[in-house]
Amino acid sequence: MFNFRRFGAIFGARNKEFWRDRSSLSWNFAFPLLLIFGFSVVFSDNNQNQFKMGLLNQVDAPAALESLKYTAYVEYKDKTIALKKVGQHQIDLLLDWDNQEYWVNNSSPKGYILEKLLLHSSSQLKRNEVTGDAIEYIDWVIPGILGMNIMFSCLFGVGYVIVRYRKNGVLKRLQATPVKTFEFVAAQIVSRMLIVMTVSSIVFMGTWLTLDFRVEGSLWTLLLILMIGSICLVALGLLVASRSESEELVGGLLNFASWPMMLLSGVWFSLEGAPEFIKIISQMLPLTHFVDAARLVMTEGATLTDVSQQLFILMLMALAFFICSGLMFNWGKNR
Amino acid sequence: MTDVLTVNNLSKHYGDLKAVNDISFTVKKGHCFGLLGPNGAGKTTTLEILEGINSADSGDVHYPLIDPKQSLQQHIGIQFQNTALQDFIRVKETLVMFADLYGSRRLVDELIELCSLQEFLDRDCKKLSGGQRQRLLLALALIHDPDIVFLDEPTTGLDPQSRRNFWQLVKDIKARGKTLVLTTHYMDEAHQLCDDIAIMDHGKIIEQGSPESLLQKHFSGALIRIPKANIASPLPFEQIREYGDTLEINSSHIDQDLKRLIDLNVSLEGLYIHNPNLDDLFLKLTGHELRA
Repeated sequence: MFNFRRFGAIFGARNKEFWRDRSSLSWNFAFPLLLIFGFSVVFSDNNQNQFKMGLLNQVDAPAALESLKYTAYVEYKDKTIALKKVGQHQIDLLLDWDNQEYWVNNSSPKGYILEKLLLHSSSQLKRNEVTGDAIEYIDWVIPGILGMNIMFSCLFGVGYVIVRYRKNGVLKRLQATPVKTFEFVAAQIVSRMLIVMTVSSIVFMGTWLTLDFRVEGSLWTLLLILMIGSICLVALGLLVASRSESEELVGGLLNFASWPMMLLSGVWFSLEGAPEFIKIISQMLPLTHFVDAARLVMTEGATLTDVSQQLFILMLMALAFFICSGLMFNWGKNR
Repeated sequence: MTDVLTVNNLSKHYGDLKAVNDISFTVKKGHCFGLLGPNGAGKTTTLEILEGINSADSGDVHYPLIDPKQSLQQHIGIQFQNTALQDFIRVKETLVMFADLYGSRRLVDELIELCSLQEFLDRDCKKLSGGQRQRLLLALALIHDPDIVFLDEPTTGLDPQSRRNFWQLVKDIKARGKTLVLTTHYMDEAHQLCDDIAIMDHGKIIEQGSPESLLQKHFSGALIRIPKANIASPLPFEQIREYGDTLEINSSHIDQDLKRLIDLNVSLEGLYIHNPNLDDLFLKLTGHELRA
C-alpha cells in the first residue's frame, strides 16, 4: 500500500536539499530571468520577415496567386478564429477565394504590403476590414520561453538528482528500508513540481511587472496548466533517469528528449504552416500542449474549458510516464 | 544455541568470475559473526545476498526465526560499505527521515545517546568526519530495532582512535542481544569482536570456527621469525615456512628451539618471536598477505 508517511519523509528531505543548495538555487532563478530579459531586448520589434496569409477552407494557394513570393499559407476552417488572428496580427491577411473576398487589419503594416501584393495578382477581390490588438512577437514568445525553461528545470533537475543518488548509493540505502518505488517516485515528482511552480511563479510575476507582457486570461488557469505541465515533464525526466547510473548517458538522453521539444513545440515560432509530419511529431511532445495551453490563456484569454483538451493530453502523458518510470526504476546496480 | 541464519551452498557468478563459490555457514543468535578476507574475496556480495538486495545463482539463505510472510527489511539492519547520505540534510533530520520510513520515531533519542551523536546533531551529513559518519550509519541501521545487524567493513578508513570507539559501540549493541554479521579485512577487529569467523578467499570459505579454536588448530605455541640471510644451510625443523625474506618456525618449545638455532651457528640478529594471530593464520592458509 502507498504509505503517506514514507512519501512525506522522502518529499521533505528532497525539498530541504533543494532549498539549502544556495548556488544551484540562485541559478534556478537567474537563468530564466536572463533568458526573458535577453529576448525582450532582441525582439522588442517584430522582425519576422515572412508574410502569412490565412486561407478559408482551402489547403493550397489558388493558382492565380502562384506568383506571390515570401508568403506562407495557413488553412482555417473557422472564420471567427481566422478573423481574430488577423485582428491580433498573427496572420497578415485572410482570403476567402470561393467568395472572392479578403480581410485585412488597417493597423498592420505587413497586412498593408500583403494586400498590395494580393491585389496585384488578382484585382477582383472584395475588401473587408478587421480591427484588433496586435499580439507582438514578445507577447507570443514569452509563454514559450517560460515553458521551455520549465521543461529544462523539470527534466534535468530531477534526472541528474536521481542519477547522482543512484551513483553514490543513496538509493541503495533507501532500498534497504520499507520504502516502495512508487512512494519514492511520487515524492520526487511532487517535490520537483512544487519547486518548479514556486520558481516559475516568482519569475513570471517579476518579468510581468517589469515587461508588462500580455496576460488576457486567468492567472489561476495558468497556475493549473503550470502544475499539470510540470508534473508531466518531471515524470518524463524520471522515466529517462529510471535505469542508468551514468551521468553522461542520462545527460545525453535528456538532451535527446529536450531538443526536439525546444524546436518543435512551438516555443520560438508557430508551426501552423509547417509540413504535416512535423505537426504530427509536435503533437507527441508534452511541451507542445503545455505551451499551447499557456499561450492561449495568456494571449487570447482562453478559459479552462478552452484548454481542457491540452490539459487532458498532458495528464494522460504524465500518468503513462509515471507508471513506466515506477515499473522500470532501478535502485542501483549490485556491484 | 539457536541459529538465526543458515546459508547452504551459496554461489554467485559475474560472468566468468565466481564471486561466491559454494559457501555454507550458520550464525547463532546473539553472536557476532565475521566474514574475513581480502578485498575482492566475495564478502560484500555474500552480505548483499543475505540482505536480500542481491540474488544468488544457487544455494539458499534461511532465517529460521523470521516468518517468511513478513518483510525481511523490518527484521534486519544494514550498514553498507559506501553509502552517501543526502547532501544538505542534517544528522537529526536524517535519523527522523529513516525513522519515518520504518513508521516509528521511538528509538531516535535512544540511538543518539547510544551512538554519541549529540555533539553534531545539527551538522550537515556531508561535513561529518569518518568516525561520526560510521556512527550515524550504524544508528540508521538500528533505527527500527532489528534483530540482526549487517555491517560491511564498518571501520575501513577510520583512524585507530575512531576504530576503537566503534568497536566499543559494536560490543554495546551485542550486549543488547542483537546478532551481528560483519565483514572486515582487519584481523585484529575480527579477533576483538567476533565469536565466530569464516575466512574467505576467491569466493570460497577456506576455514571457519571461533578465532581461538582456529588458532589452536593451526598453531602450537609461538612463531619465531628469522631473516633468511642469517641461514647458510637448511634448518632441521619440522614446521618451517618461507615468506619472502624470512623463515617462520612454528615452535611449541621456544627455549629448546632457540638453543638449537644457536647450536647450528645461526645468527639471532633480526630474530623475533610473537604469538600467532589471525593475520598469521590467513597467511598460513593462503600463502599471501591479507591486506595485499
